[in-house]
Amino acid sequence: MVQRYDAVIVGAGGAGLMAALQLAGHANVAVLSKLYPTRSHTGTAQGGIGAALGNEGEDHWEWHMFDTIKGGDYLVDQDAAEILCREAVETVYDLEHWGLPFSRTPEGKIAQRPFGGHTKEYGKSPVRRACYAADRTGHMILQTCYQQCIKNQVHFYDEYHVLDLLVSDGRCAGVVAICLATGEIHTFHAKAVIFAAGGCGRMFRVTSNAHSLTGDGMAVVLRNGVPIEDMEFFQFHPTGIYKMGILLSEAARGEGAILRNKDGERFMERYAPSLLDLAPRDLTSRAMYREIREGRGIGGKNYLHLDMTHLGAEVLDKKLPDITEFVRTYLGIDPRTEPVPIQPTAHYAMGGIPTDLDGRVIMDERNTPMPGLYAAGEVACVSVHGANRLGTNSLVDILVFGRRSGRHAARFVQESDWAPLPPNPDEWASGQINRLRNSIGQERAVDIRDVLQDEMMEKASVFRDAASLTAMSEKLKELRQRFANVKVEDKGTRYNTELLEAVELENLLDLAEVLVEGALVRQESRGAHFREDFPTRDDANWLKHTLAYRGEKGVTFRYKPVTITKFQPQERKY
Amino acid sequence: MQVTLKIQRYNPEKDKAPWWGEYKIEAEPTDRLLDALNYVKWHLDGTLTYRRSCAHGICGSDAMQINGANRLACKVLLRNLGQVITVEPLRGYKVIKDLLVDMDAFLARYRSMKPFLITHSPQPEKERLQSPEDRERFDDTTKCILCGCCTSGCPSFWANGEYVGPAAIVNAHRFLFDSRDEGTVERIELLNTVDGVWRCRTIFNCVEACPREINVTRAIGEVKKAILMQKV
Repeated sequence: MVQRYDAVIVGAGGAGLMAALQLAGHANVAVLSKLYPTRSHTGTAQGGIGAALGNEGEDHWEWHMFDTIKGGDYLVDQDAAEILCREAVETVYDLEHWGLPFSRTPEGKIAQRPFGGHTKEYGKSPVRRACYAADRTGHMILQTCYQQCIKNQVHFYDEYHVLDLLVSDGRCAGVVAICLATGEIHTFHAKAVIFAAGGCGRMFRVTSNAHSLTGDGMAVVLRNGVPIEDMEFFQFHPTGIYKMGILLSEAARGEGAILRNKDGERFMERYAPSLLDLAPRDLTSRAMYREIREGRGIGGKNYLHLDMTHLGAEVLDKKLPDITEFVRTYLGIDPRTEPVPIQPTAHYAMGGIPTDLDGRVIMDERNTPMPGLYAAGEVACVSVHGANRLGTNSLVDILVFGRRSGRHAARFVQESDWAPLPPNPDEWASGQINRLRNSIGQERAVDIRDVLQDEMMEKASVFRDAASLTAMSEKLKELRQRFANVKVEDKGTRYNTELLEAVELENLLDLAEVLVEGALVRQESRGAHFREDFPTRDDANWLKHTLAYRGEKGVTFRYKPVTITKFQPQERKY
Repeated sequence: MQVTLKIQRYNPEKDKAPWWGEYKIEAEPTDRLLDALNYVKWHLDGTLTYRRSCAHGICGSDAMQINGANRLACKVLLRNLGQVITVEPLRGYKVIKDLLVDMDAFLARYRSMKPFLITHSPQPEKERLQSPEDRERFDDTTKCILCGCCTSGCPSFWANGEYVGPAAIVNAHRFLFDSRDEGTVERIELLNTVDGVWRCRTIFNCVEACPREINVTRAIGEVKKAILMQKV
C-alpha cells in the first residue's frame, strides 16, 4: 500500500508535533507514531524548560549558552547552542500563547526555578531559568503541542511503527511502516521525512525511559548508510527510584533536596563545592557511583538517599506533586518524613542522527546533507548537548530544532519533487517482518534483552574501561547470533506486539554496538563518557565528534570538528 | 510471593468468545501489575496483548479493569491486589485483542471539545499574565492523561454511548476555567447538549477511577454551574 505526502514525520513527541505545526496548512503532511501522540515520552519530562526570561532574577541567553557548552564539556557545537538559547525565549512565549499552563510568580509571570548546571554570570551561582508547570512540564508541553495540532487539523497515523527509510539516488524518498492494528505494511512516499522518534534508553536495565524507547529512528537510518554521531555519550540521571529507574526530577534538588550517603553526609560538598547538589548530571552520577563503590551506599548497597524531608508539605504538594506521588506509590514511603532510595538511571542519548542547524541530516564530516531527510529531538544530534546535556535543555532542543526542521522542510517541499520510489519499496521491511513471524528459532527475546540490559549497565554505563567495553563488544556479537534464532509465538497480524518487541530488540542491539565501539575507540574522559583507563579530557586528540557507520564489516568511524565560536575550552569545575 | 493472574483473553482473529487465561507466577510484592503482565508475555505466552509505555502512570496507555476497578497496570503494586488477581479490558470500549481496546471514539470525543486555547485579542510580546489564584482554578484538570478510566467507569456512558463522557468534559473544563481563554460561549454551546454535560448523574465513579486523582465530578459540577450562570 503506497500513500503519498509532501512530508512525513516519524514520532509525535514534542519535536515531531512542533515540526508538524510548521508544515500544517503549507504542505500535505502526515505524522506517524507508534503510540497515540499524547503517550509520547515528552510527557514524562518533569522539572522545566530552560529559557533566560529573567522573570525571577537577572538572566541572559549568553549565560544559558555558556552553561550549555560547559555542561557539555566543550563538545557542544557553539553555533547550535547559540540558536538553542536565543530561540528558547521566544519558544517559551509561544507555548504560553498556545495556552500552556505554566506555574506563575506572584506578579503573574511564568515561574522559574534553579536546575543543575544553570548559572548566572558564567558559573558564579545558580540561576532561576527553568520555566515550569508544577513537576509536569513535559506533560503540559506535549498536551499543548498536540492540542495545537488538533486545532490545525494535522493528520495522524496513530500506532504505526516505522521499519525502513527509503533512499533513491542519494535522496530521501519516504519511509515504510507497519500498521499495528492490521499488520499491513505501508509505504509512505514523501519529499521530506523528519525523524523525531526519540531515544534508546531501553538498552540499559535501570532507565527512566519508556518501554517504547528502543531507538527505532536511529536504527532505521543507520541501516540505510546514515551515520550516528557521538553515541558513546549517554546520560545517567542521578535520581532514579532505586531498582525501578523512575525519574525523580532534578527540580527536587532545584527546590532544595539534598543527596546523602549512609552516614547522612551531603557528599556533593566534596565533588562540587560551589554548585553542590545542582552540579551537572554526569558529575553527580559519577560522584554517586564513587560513594557506592567506596562503601558509603545505604546499608552497604548500591543506592543513596535523596533527602526532601526539610522542604515542607507546601513545596512538595504544590511544586513537586507528581514525584511526591511516585515515591508514595512505588516505594510506599512519605518523602515528607523519610529520605528516598535513589540510584543513577539511564536517561538520555546525547548522540543521535547528525544534523545541521536546520535539522537536515548530514552524511559526513563535510556536512553533506541527504536531501529531504531531517531529524530533531533526542533521535538527533545537532549537537547542542555535547558530551553531557543540562537538565531542561532536552525540552528546549525538541521545540527549537523541531520547529527549525519543520520550517526548513516546509520550504524544501515547495521547491522539490518526489524522489522516485525504489522498486519494491517495502521489500526489506516485509522481509524483516516475515522473517521474524515465521521464525522457528528457540530463543526468547526477553532472555537476549535481559542480558543486553544487565551487561550494558555493568560494562558500558557510568564507568567504562577497555576491558569492560571489549567484553561488552564480544557479548553483543554473541547476542546478535542468538537473535538470529529468536522466536515469535504470536503469528497473527492484529496488534502483534510480540513481533514488534523483536523488531525493537534488533534496533537496540544495533545501537548498543555503536555505543560500545565508539566508547572503546574514544580514549579520553569527557562529560558522560568516563574511561577509568583514560580519566582526563584530551582536547588535543579528542575535541571532535564521532560519526559511526555500520556496515558489513561492523562499525567504522569518521570524525567531525567541533564548532567553537564564543567560548574556548577550559577545565570544567563546579 | 506467588500470585495467580486471571486474565480475560480474546483474539477475534481466532477466538469465538472471550476466555480466561490463568497464570501462576513468582513475583515481588513491590512489582507493578504491569511487571506481572510483562512476565506472562515474555516468559509464558507471547500472544498476550496490551498497551504500555512509560510504566509510571504518566502516558496513560495501560488502563484496564484490575480486580473489577479501572486502574493503570503500572500504578498498582501486587501487594495491594491479593493472591488472585482478575484482569479485564476496560468496559464500554470494543475489545480488539485481550486487554487492548478501541479508544478511537473516546479520543475523538476529546478532540471534539476544542481542547485548545481560544483567543481573539492580540498576543502580547511576552507572556500573558495570570495570577497564581487564576492558575489554580483549573490546575486539577490539567493533569488528565486521557487514559479512559473515568469514562469507562461511568454508568451514564454505559447506558448511552453517545455521552461525551467525563474525560472530554474534564478537558473542556481545563480551558473554560483558564482566565486566558476567550472561547467561553462556544465551549458552553458544545457542553450544553443532551449528550454533553447533562448526561452526568453525579455518580462519582469517575473520581474513584481517576489515576491522577482529579476530582472529576467536581469539575463537571463547575461546568454545569457555569452553563446555568452563563459565566465562569
